Amino acid sequence: MDSYALLIAATLNAGTVLAIASLGLLINEKVGIVNLGAEGMMLCAALAGFAAVVHTGSTVVGFAAGMAAGALMAAIFGVLVIWLNTNQYATGLALSLFGGGFSAFAGTGYVQARLPEQTAWAIPLLGDIPLLGPALFRHHPMVYVAMALTVGLIWFLYRTRTGLVLRSVGESPESAHALGYPVRRIRLAAVVAGGALCGLAGAYISTVYTPLWVEGMVAGKGWIALALTTFATWRPARVLLGAYLFGGVTMLQFHLQGAGVNVPSQFLTMLPYVATIVVLALISRNPTWIRVNMPSSIGKPFYPGS
Amino acid sequence: MTDHQKRSLLKVAALSALASATLIGCGKKEEPAPAPAPAPVAAPEPAKPEPLKVAFAYVGPVGDGGWTFAHDNGRKAVEKEFGDKVVTSFVENVPESADAERVIRDMAAQGNKVVFGTTFGYMESMLKVAADTPDVKFEHATGYKTAPNMRTYDSRTYEGAYMAGVIAGAMTKSNTLGVVGSIPIPEVIRNINSFTLGAQSVNPKIKTKVVWVGEWFNPPKETEAATSLINGGADILFQNTDSSAVLQTAGKLGKRAFGWDSDMSAYEPKAHLASSVINWGPYYVKAVGDALNGTWSTGGVWWGVKEGAIDIVSIAEDVPADIKTKIDTIKAGLKDGSFAIWKGPIKGQDGKDVLAKDVVADDAFMGGIKFYVKGVEGKVPGG
Amino acid sequence: MLKLEARPQPSPLWSYASPVLALAITVLIGVALFVALGKDPVRGLQVFFWDPIKSGYALSELMVKVTPLLIIALGLAVCFRSNVWNIGAEGQYIVGAIAAGGVALLADKTTGPWIVPAILLAGVTGGMAWAGITALLRDKFNASEILVSLMLVYVAIQFLNFMVYGPWKDPMGYNFPQTKTFEAVTQIPRLFTGSRVSIGLLLALAGVAALWVFLFRTYAGFAQQVGGLAPAAALYAGFSSRKALWIALLASGGAAGLAGALEVAGPIGQLTPFVPAGYGFAAIIVAFVGRLHPVGMVFSAILMSMFYIGGELAQSRLGLPKSITGVFQGLLLFTLLACDTLIAYRIKWSR
Repeated sequence: MDSYALLIAATLNAGTVLAIASLGLLINEKVGIVNLGAEGMMLCAALAGFAAVVHTGSTVVGFAAGMAAGALMAAIFGVLVIWLNTNQYATGLALSLFGGGFSAFAGTGYVQARLPEQTAWAIPLLGDIPLLGPALFRHHPMVYVAMALTVGLIWFLYRTRTGLVLRSVGESPESAHALGYPVRRIRLAAVVAGGALCGLAGAYISTVYTPLWVEGMVAGKGWIALALTTFATWRPARVLLGAYLFGGVTMLQFHLQGAGVNVPSQFLTMLPYVATIVVLALISRNPTWIRVNMPSSIGKPFYPGS
Repeated sequence: MTDHQKRSLLKVAALSALASATLIGCGKKEEPAPAPAPAPVAAPEPAKPEPLKVAFAYVGPVGDGGWTFAHDNGRKAVEKEFGDKVVTSFVENVPESADAERVIRDMAAQGNKVVFGTTFGYMESMLKVAADTPDVKFEHATGYKTAPNMRTYDSRTYEGAYMAGVIAGAMTKSNTLGVVGSIPIPEVIRNINSFTLGAQSVNPKIKTKVVWVGEWFNPPKETEAATSLINGGADILFQNTDSSAVLQTAGKLGKRAFGWDSDMSAYEPKAHLASSVINWGPYYVKAVGDALNGTWSTGGVWWGVKEGAIDIVSIAEDVPADIKTKIDTIKAGLKDGSFAIWKGPIKGQDGKDVLAKDVVADDAFMGGIKFYVKGVEGKVPGG
Repeated sequence: MLKLEARPQPSPLWSYASPVLALAITVLIGVALFVALGKDPVRGLQVFFWDPIKSGYALSELMVKVTPLLIIALGLAVCFRSNVWNIGAEGQYIVGAIAAGGVALLADKTTGPWIVPAILLAGVTGGMAWAGITALLRDKFNASEILVSLMLVYVAIQFLNFMVYGPWKDPMGYNFPQTKTFEAVTQIPRLFTGSRVSIGLLLALAGVAALWVFLFRTYAGFAQQVGGLAPAAALYAGFSSRKALWIALLASGGAAGLAGALEVAGPIGQLTPFVPAGYGFAAIIVAFVGRLHPVGMVFSAILMSMFYIGGELAQSRLGLPKSITGVFQGLLLFTLLACDTLIAYRIKWSR
């Protein structure tokens, strides 16, 4: 039974990265902007975070550096897409490709660096409960931050006025503009916030999850996070659950190998991606459902003058 | 400005950009184009001979702290040994793909007389370039195809694996050992087996669990694999992958692990039990020496503890003294040939002998190992 | 204060000048980068723009890189012009390579040269089939082709790994994950002896001509593009957007698959886990920088290949990490997108 508790723990850990990044992308898409540059932002943030910890020894500084890197890249993306009205998909892709190349390039000096030893985290008392303790209460604070973030986002989007304005910008920027809201600035704020969260996820990967730097270490998690927002029909709670699901599938393939199950490992590795495709097909099938759940202005440029 | 004027201005700008690019190209031709080979020195007084140019192609980054790092240390040993008689250079992150051929061909074209390819995947590329440049000597690591001007070299990593196993068998409390495997080639399977045999020699009760990452170098995946092994009950980890992620994960989760290819003790001092390292220095010095002296000949070499190519280092303080003595005895036995790791009786997973009593396996047998010995759980992937 | 003012109609001048300006800005940033790293900027520029073309051999290696990039980009141009966002060309390339490899493995010492066209056809079919999945899901389920095609890239990579670790592994290969080297007869014919350039280059150039004719001289091509540029107009005119979707994806899938077949039966000569080389993604940049125009893409393919080869040379000549290639390629796309604004807008000073 112990090993199941540990499997759950590993799942939560693996899912945290996806959850934080995906929530950031959710904020973007709620205002109607698709940022395909998630992978590039996460890579640069991973490097920034790692470098910051190498130089200052503080994980908090590392997270801050990661968020700053993500926010900066998102800001560049935002200006291009919102003010210069460049194609969102192409610009996002450029961000991903550039981020990948730049992080590999700038990171060459850090490949052999090591981080100071990590403390083992555990909530006192709760962490000692048999089974539940190791599964749920012995995690790095960021795991709980992801959960808190989800709750916070739900409250913000659906219970505050600002959240309502944000969503209305995503549904119909023209109407929001007519009502006098600074649509472009709101969109930029959302994009930057989303970038900061992607950056946080990236920094977590390189400073906590695998405390090493190597180029390409995000290994496609940015793209999965993008798929997650659609998979979760743009609802924060579903994003968190979906993230854990995907994290679980990743850990499952090794668990099965260790247990001697003889499925070729490649099919296990394929699972998260195939699952995403299946779910995408299922949820997109119903155009009404999509119209109800998907922010209407996704991907479309906004021209204030029109 | 009128539209017409703007258009003309831009045409001029574009043309000048193009022109400057061409000028840069032509302008710098004064720099001597890299000569295919240094002209033989035939001066009246005995002038110093041109240094021998030696190039290294690495599959990973020099900073990986593992496989490529060890090769680069070998390169530095060559520089130290031969001083200004050689000039070395390297290219890292050369993928095991069609691009490798271009890089290796470029090395030959740049005047290098000895080219080292440090991974299996360069084999076909090196063969092709070797055929086209007969005056260059090619050294291929871990391969099996040779040519008149191309030979192979490898190290007996299984000896280091065996010694690590001895330590693991003595130090484990759960009697479950975990191995993070890279790619299921005979070399890696042999290492897993040797690790198990070593552990069984001091602790017959152990069992080994194996998880495959499918790549040589992927720290995040290595982390996940290590985590799942620990979740499965392993308290000591061994690896055949190239980074320190497994060791770091063990440290994070309070278990012990080994370093591989290079000394990884600095990465996680508390968790580190020992590092099985490869010293490419002795072989590289010999190879370059052969080229300098004209005694180079093709073939294949497999060096181990005896020749100084394999060692186990930085053994942790808390390993019992009698185990440390046993390791020294094994090393001495390997050096003088009195000890053989792969000597029967050795049983396969089905309990039947794969090596009969007192039979010593030869290199051919060891080169084709595709089975697990008794004590290793699971099946070899892709059988 | 700089202000953007919309032009009454898109500027034809800037349509051509924008990529040139983008390149100039990229080069400027590159020079600044070289200086910041303490390298001689002129030597840096030379390594990227002169060394890759200065000899017959260098030029031929350049063409070896250009061939797959151009072929894939040609297919992508059809897609992007139809507003179908096929991001998964890499996956289609891989499946094309697998299919081609499968046919190549059938050859033995007695096979005749008919196998070469069979290999190429298999590659095209494989790529089309893979893209077809994306098309089907978009057609029947309205699933985003961006996400589906992207996820399929990862599935394709795993599928390739499965084949080379399992059923197709070379039994004489010491259990290494790779197929046996293909028989000599399967080799795509070279254009010149002594270089690795194959007839794939001719196929690419033929593709350029074919695409030009299709886009600018045929009714079908016109219908295809209207669907992308103005879907409402297309609907009104009776052009089928379903047909446009399928044509776009099948064309780009087939092109990517062909590129995969040419690489695998050409320079690589076997199937290994290293077949995916990122050409599917780089071709997206090639397509954009080439303005989705067949002739423009020839130039942008050459440019991107120079970045690849220059990056490799920069390692051994200048001691710069190879990843500088990725930096330049990404920068180029960024600056291009920014410069493209000038096509629709004019910059004005306003007080």
